[in-house]
Amino acid sequence: MIVVTPSKKMRKEDSMNAKEELDCRGLNCPLPILKTKKAIEKLASGDVLKVIATDPGSSNDMDAWARRTGNPIVDKSEGNGEYVFFIKKG
Amino acid sequence: MANQKKMMMIASRGSLDWAYPPFILGSTGAALDIDTSIFFTFYGLTLLLKDLNPKVTPAGNPAMPMKMPFGPKWFQGLNWPMPNAVINNVPFFDSFVTSMMKKTFKNKGVASIPELRELCIESGVKMIACQMTMDVFGFTKDDFIDGVEFAGAATALEIASESDIQFFL
Repeated sequence: MIVVTPSKKMRKEDSMNAKEELDCRGLNCPLPILKTKKAIEKLASGDVLKVIATDPGSSNDMDAWARRTGNPIVDKSEGNGEYVFFIKKG
Repeated sequence: MANQKKMMMIASRGSLDWAYPPFILGSTGAALDIDTSIFFTFYGLTLLLKDLNPKVTPAGNPAMPMKMPFGPKWFQGLNWPMPNAVINNVPFFDSFVTSMMKKTFKNKGVASIPELRELCIESGVKMIACQMTMDVFGFTKDDFIDGVEFAGAATALEIASESDIQFFL
């Protein structure tokens, strides 16, 4: 039997089971927030949205947006100039 | 939402640089579920015109960085100080500076003013035009985009008195 082991990153993303992915690379303030808001509105409560951004300011801004709107960030990572957020619709 | 916050801004300037704060804060306010209103008065009123084309000038603004949005990195890093004698005498200098600033914003992934205004309208930001300014500058209601309300100082203050956040821009 052949067992395919997904990479650590893949497993992590799978566990998050993102329903939608939003690419905000290259966009600057406030577009990542505005697009995230639009994307989350299309999802059902409990669904997870994955957002990828390159704006360093989006790290703090996404936290603030999540706190105010009650859509928690369940996972957040940074690497190679990219910021990846997993946001659960509240 | 029972505990929804309310925000009120007065936009009093109509140049390209000053068009950004009300539209950025307005669209972001709506994205944060804040009930947002913007009162456009004096030069800010022009930001509600159908023909939206704000310009910027370094005249009287010595803090404005003058950098080129193209060329190699070292070239883009250069600051070009512009004496008022040049700014005020070169024809179409403002148009040149305006196009440079628009290009810089675009290069940095910042939305344009028409885009941000559209995002504000789309997300339900209330746009109120100052009736008095409209009369003084000789505009008519037909000059403005749809969905604009027309009112005066008392309306602005009533909204401000109910708001958690107020800005004068």
